Amino acid sequence: MNVRELAKIQAEQGLKLVPGHRMCAGCGINTIVRTILSASKDPVVVVNATGCLEVVTTIYPYTAWNVPWLHVTFLNAASAASGVEAAYRALKKKGVVKDKINIIAFGGDGGTYDIGLQALSGALERRHNFLYVCYDNEGYMNTGHQRSGATPFGASTTTAPSGKVSFGKKEWRKDLVKIAAAHNIPYVAQASIWKVVDLYNKAEKALSIEGPKFINVLMPCTTNWSFPENLTIKMAKLATETNFWPLYEIENGVLTVNYKPKERKPIEEFLKLQTRFKHLFRPENKHVIKEMQKKIDEDWENLLKLERITHEEGVRL
Amino acid sequence: MSEKVKWSEPKGWKEIPIGGNLPAKTSLEYKTGSWRTFRPDFDPDLCTHCMICVHYCPDSAIPVVISEEGVKGFRDRIYKGPVRLETDFEYCKGCGICAEECPTDAIKMVRETWED
Amino acid sequence: MSATKVKSTKKPLTGNEAIAEAMRQIKPDVVAAYPITPQSPIVHTFAKFVADGVVDTVMVTPESEHSAISVVTGAEASGARAMSATASQGLALMVEVLPATSGLRLPVVMAIANRALSAPINIHCDHSDSMAVRDLGWIQIYSENAQEAYENMFLAVRLAEHPDVLLPAMIMLDGFIISHGVEVVEVYEDEVMHKFVGERKPKFSLLNYKEPWTMGPLELTDYYFETKRQEQEAMKKAKKLYIEIGKELSEITGKEYGYFEKYRLDDAEVGIVVLSSAAGTAKDAVDELRKEGKKVGLLKPKLFRPFPYEEIRDALKHLKIIGVLDRSYSFGAYAPLYAEIRNALYDLDKRIPVQSYVYGLGGRDIFKQEIKEVFNELLEGKVSSEEKCIGLRE
Repeated sequence: MNVRELAKIQAEQGLKLVPGHRMCAGCGINTIVRTILSASKDPVVVVNATGCLEVVTTIYPYTAWNVPWLHVTFLNAASAASGVEAAYRALKKKGVVKDKINIIAFGGDGGTYDIGLQALSGALERRHNFLYVCYDNEGYMNTGHQRSGATPFGASTTTAPSGKVSFGKKEWRKDLVKIAAAHNIPYVAQASIWKVVDLYNKAEKALSIEGPKFINVLMPCTTNWSFPENLTIKMAKLATETNFWPLYEIENGVLTVNYKPKERKPIEEFLKLQTRFKHLFRPENKHVIKEMQKKIDEDWENLLKLERITHEEGVRL
Repeated sequence: MSEKVKWSEPKGWKEIPIGGNLPAKTSLEYKTGSWRTFRPDFDPDLCTHCMICVHYCPDSAIPVVISEEGVKGFRDRIYKGPVRLETDFEYCKGCGICAEECPTDAIKMVRETWED
Repeated sequence: MSATKVKSTKKPLTGNEAIAEAMRQIKPDVVAAYPITPQSPIVHTFAKFVADGVVDTVMVTPESEHSAISVVTGAEASGARAMSATASQGLALMVEVLPATSGLRLPVVMAIANRALSAPINIHCDHSDSMAVRDLGWIQIYSENAQEAYENMFLAVRLAEHPDVLLPAMIMLDGFIISHGVEVVEVYEDEVMHKFVGERKPKFSLLNYKEPWTMGPLELTDYYFETKRQEQEAMKKAKKLYIEIGKELSEITGKEYGYFEKYRLDDAEVGIVVLSSAAGTAKDAVDELRKEGKKVGLLKPKLFRPFPYEEIRDALKHLKIIGVLDRSYSFGAYAPLYAEIRNALYDLDKRIPVQSYVYGLGGRDIFKQEIKEVFNELLEGKVSSEEKCIGLRE
């Protein structure tokens, strides 16, 4: 699978998310949605939590969706998707529904890491057959950049801003991919909009597996991370090349790192382009960058070790 | 409701489907092209039809067709299979990602004025 | 009591078991319920039906009530028939999704075993839970006993799924008093009851991918009002259809399904209005007082939302004095049932004095003797605008 072949597949399928939506110019979510939806050869039902994606694509009376779509409230993308999946099983048993239908739930990092975590955990534990995709833009972006469990250490958000006595968020991010893997589900992955084919392959693999699947995708937010809107893809690339956002998958407890940069770029290159980290370049905050670099390097080494022990020593995550 | 319904016209409570339900693709009536300040200027002679801009466009505003005969592109080569067409200016928001990511600089962002 | 028109068996069932029996005959596609006292036996009984293959339902055990209501909402949006059950804190936790379910016009049917709201935490019966959610667009029907609860379930499914209504419905039964008390319930034939509810024929279904619909969009200031107006219209239609569907159910059961039940009210001078199981106790009080020659009667509302103002006004307009017994407070305002009855009587030319009573909070028992005292007070004309409490230790 390469970029051209993927475009051919998508051209043949037709657009499942059409233009006319109100995403910010330069938002990466369209890439995520079209790639993932194109990975499903079978018809798809999308369940969406409240958030950027839901709000911009369905401002009444304009909906950009060309597939059946449901939005209930903020917390329950995973539980509403469980309901759709249960109904699908029931109606298939009855013979009312005959075709295979894939159920994909989309939630932002707010609706997945924080308020939707319980619903996600329950849905994963009950082993519903659906795919949950979290588009992680590292904050409650739709409501104006409030901090979430996915906001990185040191970021300045509106609810944890940097100021005279604070350097922004003092807590490290949650590792949601490992939390999802701890539910013993068959497939968990972390992907990025930078590598579209990798994202497609992960979605395709996920949809071919029976059971609950989880994919976490980085989505740089030009409006709230504050960088020029034509640099969205560059930001995603830098995030992976600095090991801030490694690309990996955990299949039945075995971890595989999908991309290893030949030379890890220093985190400053990722941070300096974003206004939400600008305050870290002041002399009194330089220690924060040092701590961030240290944690990124430690986490990367950890990840490589996990790859080795799950592949070679039979350890399962 | 049939496709001939114009959703941009306001409707009363007796006309709209219940529960706020909407049929597919009504956003095509909302032309986001008016958001632009810069417009992508595409030079087909430099295009390798690599499809990078197609995937990254935040509005899916770059249409793709499958060409049997092929089109002429970069260095006069013929490109068959998926090829990109001119950007759909009704929806392009002028973000510039296509220009930024194009490996052959076939797209340049040009300031758009009211006369354009 | 009128004779039953179809075959039936009499079974000793608790209220919870009667609800589960109704669900067994309705055969929902999906059931998702989270355990909470006093509703848990509904889920237990139904889960046993599923485990024994008696029903084909897909049973989901959610991790909270919020997820329970989300699961049934998602299932209904996909064209399946989905049911749930809860009480008290569970209903309170569901409150975020309840208006979403009614706003999306999905006919979920849910049984509520009325239980007091925390704090203080209390597992016994009062109506504070279902009264707290009365404005969220759900049809509300109260049941006096297990037999009514059983029959109301079928009525609710037909009413909720009617194409002119499409609103979710909740059936109330008193927690512990009815939910756990064994009564002789007349259970009608499986096939007849299942045929009465029929199969769900949804117009909008997510699983009908050939006709993709977007459900639950963002509606801003220019459209929200119109969608809500549609909901209010559906409630109006529900009021009329309740009677029509009730008549159909009467053909099977031989019983009456009106907006309320009148007990010796037509020639009464003094009447009380009371919901649910306390009405049973009150009927005994009425009988004893009637033996003494006192002209008393009672009105037991069944349909609470949509509220049948005109019909209740007509039923009560001949009375000299009315007492309304509420099993919940509306803090800082008139108690819920009292407020509705006052509203219903407002259009009368001659004002009838109405006395508000609050009783039975947190499962405090109400005795026949206490209701007789209430009647005696009303017969003496002791009416004020003060809310009185029955059975409260001062």
